[in-house]
Amino acid sequence: MAEQSIIRVEHLTIGYGGKALLDELNFEVRHGEVFAILGGSGSGKSTLLKHMIGLFPPMHGHIWLDGIDIATAEGAARLSALRRIGVAYQSGALFGSMTLAQNVRLPLEEYTELPDEAIELIAHTKLDLVGLKDFAESLPAEVSGGMQKRAAIARAMALDPAILFLDEPSAGLDPVTSAGLDQLILRLKRGLAVTFVVVTHELPSIFTIADRVIMLDPHVRGIVAQGRPQELRENSDNPAVRQFFNRQAGALETA
Amino acid sequence: MALLCTLVRSLISMPLNALSAAGLEPGPTEGTTAVVRLSGRLDAYSVGPLWNMALAALAARGSVPVVIDAAGVDYCDGAGIALLIDLLRRPRPAGAEVSLRNLHSPFDRLFQQFDPKRFAPRPAPPRSREPLAERVGAVGAQVLREGYERIAFVGEFAAAVARTLTTPLRMRWGDALVIARDVGADAVPIVVLIGFLIGVILAFQTAVALRDFGADIFVANAVALAVLRELGPLMTAIILAGRSGSAFAAEIGTMKVNEEINALITMGLSPVRFLVVPRLLAGFLLCPLLTVIADLLGLMGGAAVMRSFGVPIVTYFQQVQSVATLGDLFGGLAKAFAFGLLVAGVGCMQGLKTGEGAISVGQSTTRAVVGGIILIVAADSVFAVIYNVLDI
Repeated sequence: MAEQSIIRVEHLTIGYGGKALLDELNFEVRHGEVFAILGGSGSGKSTLLKHMIGLFPPMHGHIWLDGIDIATAEGAARLSALRRIGVAYQSGALFGSMTLAQNVRLPLEEYTELPDEAIELIAHTKLDLVGLKDFAESLPAEVSGGMQKRAAIARAMALDPAILFLDEPSAGLDPVTSAGLDQLILRLKRGLAVTFVVVTHELPSIFTIADRVIMLDPHVRGIVAQGRPQELRENSDNPAVRQFFNRQAGALETA
Repeated sequence: MALLCTLVRSLISMPLNALSAAGLEPGPTEGTTAVVRLSGRLDAYSVGPLWNMALAALAARGSVPVVIDAAGVDYCDGAGIALLIDLLRRPRPAGAEVSLRNLHSPFDRLFQQFDPKRFAPRPAPPRSREPLAERVGAVGAQVLREGYERIAFVGEFAAAVARTLTTPLRMRWGDALVIARDVGADAVPIVVLIGFLIGVILAFQTAVALRDFGADIFVANAVALAVLRELGPLMTAIILAGRSGSAFAAEIGTMKVNEEINALITMGLSPVRFLVVPRLLAGFLLCPLLTVIADLLGLMGGAAVMRSFGVPIVTYFQQVQSVATLGDLFGGLAKAFAFGLLVAGVGCMQGLKTGEGAISVGQSTTRAVVGGIILIVAADSVFAVIYNVLDI
């Protein structure tokens, strides 16, 4: 079960305006693992994530989410793929006119026939998971940026999706909150067998949560390394990977 | 020692030439090598006057090697380093190179961060312009693409409205009511004001001409027909474009920039059904309601002016009743439905077309208002032709 893949990316080429940013990507994410996408600024991590959740059409290739190619699926098939995923965006992307609880309630209201009290209770349990139960009635603008991110994770979990995509969940959070978030991810992974795809560049977080990682590099327009983070740190002979894991400063120049 | 450090630091951080002004002077020539001495404080405030002098000094010694002696420099910040780089980076003939010496620590360490050759002035890349035909073609293709996009938007909007009408329970009526309040109830005061003033202006303007003929009473005809048929719906729609069309574009545009639209899409929820349909319905239903208010207040404005001319209000309204038909009223209201739909549609479309960043939200808002007003006037002229043909 653990070895079965839930996401398969095949021959994927992505980019903007006819120019490929990442070329010929092939990887898979296994059931119930935490899979991290690493890379420096501008390496295309978030862009890759947005393709994996079907926001942008790829220039070429396939992204199989639980058997459905999100790159080409339309209508009911696409909807059924989207129902299996939850996404927490980098900025939170909460709906500003709704309270945190209303944000979490929204997918439940739209997709389930649950009575109102049940929806209310579920929303509060999700907010409790991320430590925001006391802020349920606050508007996003009334809470801090870190709280918004956590609320976004609660909203992404509203329908208990099989796969959660997190775009830089701990960026901009203090180390304690960030460690708490890592623990949350591990709890959900163990308890609910949720598969995580996390875009990050926080080293402590990677070593705590990630089962496997891929590292993107804009210079080679693709994946420079994949595997377990500990193995990569110890065994990789790729200078970019060594630099990343050993936190060495490199030339900032990209030319 | 600590005291000394503090003193030195405070001296270094003293503003504007407090220690000693930056200076430049020629030094004694060493063999064939010319020497230029820099001295004093080189910072962002003091190097300005020096910069061109220094470049001129080097240019004047264009054929011999030049040494810049920085022994007299007692402070140098990023701007001073930039000056030194500028002096060293310029291409010189062979055998006439520029070099630097005697820059004190710690400034030399800052300087060594940079290689002046990497900052050598590069010729501006030649501006390649595509041939005329290609540019015309590109513009044409762009126009076609945008036209296609618009048609697609209209189709998508229409489909979403149709779906909502067949499954009204799926509509988020709570959101729709809030939007309706913003579009409708909150606009009443300004519609009242503008409607009344339009009536007053019309009455005064027509009275100027008609009074000379003792035909004061016919002011009512002008006011009634103009307000009911044209100005009521038109002014209401323009107010709507300014108040709500812009708000729709800014709201949806900001949601797009904040990835909220993306969040809806990945939840499998259609932004059109969620955001556009309630706004279209609000515009469609409330523009005529506001128009009724504008019509009424326009007629009252006319009445007020007539009253000041000594025409009794009853007489004025009898005249209005005798000239204006229900066809005039409903003709105007029919236009208001269309205007409301257009204003809301353009606002939402521009919002969804917003690109990245705050600037594009501003652009969308502008396009929503301008596009809205253009469409209102264009639609009004279409209505004029249709009504003429139908003899309404």
